[in-house]
Amino acid sequence: MSEEDLPDPDSEPYWQGAAKGELHFQRCGSCDAAIFYPRSLCTECGAPDPDWAVSKGLGSVYACSIVHRPPPAFKDEAPYAVLLVDLDEGFRMMSRLAEGDAESISIGDRVQVVFNDGPDGRPTPYFIPA
Amino acid sequence: MSLKRACAIAGVAESRLGVVPDSTVLSLQAEALVAALADAGLEKSDVDGLLVSGAWGRLPGLQIAEYLGIQPAYSDSTMVGGASFEFHLGHAAAAIQAGLCKVAVILYGSTQRSRADKYIFQIRSDLGYQYEAPYGLPTPVGSYALAASRHFAQYGTTNEQLADLAVATRDWAALNPKAYRREPLTREDVLNSGPIATPLNKLDCCLFTDGGGAVVVVSPDIAKTLDKPPVWLLGQGESVSHAQISEMRDLTITPAARSGARAFDMAGITHSDLDVVEIYDSFTITVLLTLESLGFCAPGTGGEFIANGRTGPSGEFPLNTNGGGLSYCHPGQYGIFLIIEAVRQLRGECDARQVADATLALISGTGGVLSSNSTCILGVE
Repeated sequence: MSEEDLPDPDSEPYWQGAAKGELHFQRCGSCDAAIFYPRSLCTECGAPDPDWAVSKGLGSVYACSIVHRPPPAFKDEAPYAVLLVDLDEGFRMMSRLAEGDAESISIGDRVQVVFNDGPDGRPTPYFIPA
Repeated sequence: MSLKRACAIAGVAESRLGVVPDSTVLSLQAEALVAALADAGLEKSDVDGLLVSGAWGRLPGLQIAEYLGIQPAYSDSTMVGGASFEFHLGHAAAAIQAGLCKVAVILYGSTQRSRADKYIFQIRSDLGYQYEAPYGLPTPVGSYALAASRHFAQYGTTNEQLADLAVATRDWAALNPKAYRREPLTREDVLNSGPIATPLNKLDCCLFTDGGGAVVVVSPDIAKTLDKPPVWLLGQGESVSHAQISEMRDLTITPAARSGARAFDMAGITHSDLDVVEIYDSFTITVLLTLESLGFCAPGTGGEFIANGRTGPSGEFPLNTNGGGLSYCHPGQYGIFLIIEAVRQLRGECDARQVADATLALISGTGGVLSSNSTCILGVE
């Protein structure tokens, strides 16, 4: 990741929120859709400039894969569980099980966000069992 | 407006496949083009349309035209991953129908195995990718693994069912002298091949080879003047839905649901009319999801559909008859080889792997991470 390129104008509030330990997402002022990742328009109705909101960080695991053959930059960390999490506010994001046995998490499990340093040192959302 | 019979495929060819160190990404495409033009009975000077895709160059559409020494009147460099060539076929048909060109060639080549081309799925961490990059998901396999995990949990699909597809595909490869892996494979071999990203094992994944291909697409007027029987485009549909797996709404339904419906409607046929089916097999799960999305079986029943050799040479549903991306070749973007095999099946040129009396074929290309799909229906008189 080229550090000087991030955050960008779309993602700045998201990463600023993460630095405070908050999971920021967007909600459309016109149709109320939850939007993730951050954008300059609503993916549902097309209205510009969605509002920012703070998630409670609670959700359910929608999909889960335990990575045994990681990309080179992650080779010392395998095996680890990559998750798609459906947050209760109505958006989905990718993340990873923050700690513990990768085999211990299953689709449908309830999870809670935590913030740890990501691969580039930036506070980054991960999840633990709720 | 319909593309039905707007064009015919007049020539197809591969370059050398597998490991081809004495080649470049350009020479492999030229090699395939020369062979495909000979197959069609046409000359390079007849070519007035060029459709290319690749991540190997800065401006691939310009680089390959320059190398070949052609100045096409119609160009298309649509890049939607491995399905690009099925998109190209529809776009060539539209261009020919509009009178913009008469002889269009679709080209692809890759030396990813021998020369470490800039790989199509080069890892990015900017723009939308910044929200996935921190988590170390290997791409593209990890994205397909997530889709498989969802299908397993939602419908009870099993690794044994996916393994049976890999075995059936290998059984076809054993009948194809050009296939890269032809030795017998068992369900246990696949199950014990080692996890890459659960639930996908190594032998659920496609090959990593060199190779190129070319397809010559012509107007109906020209098709009727050539020696070989024309293979007509009867229907085509395309759809794209996302670039990253976290943006795919339902991991069990691919863009093939939309593109397939359009292709069937255009061709005016139903599933049971088809004689042979070629579906992009980047991973075993890709085929299962595509079969369901195209409506060959109900949502959730793809596992049963592919189990127990049903898609193999002795099965009732001939699928991926060249041995597929799993066992024949997979040079980064595989979609052009679906077209090549379907044309050969419809012409009756497939020797030991020939499906008897094949007159209608469906091909379905998937690109990215279940991101793009184009489905084409081909037929002969």
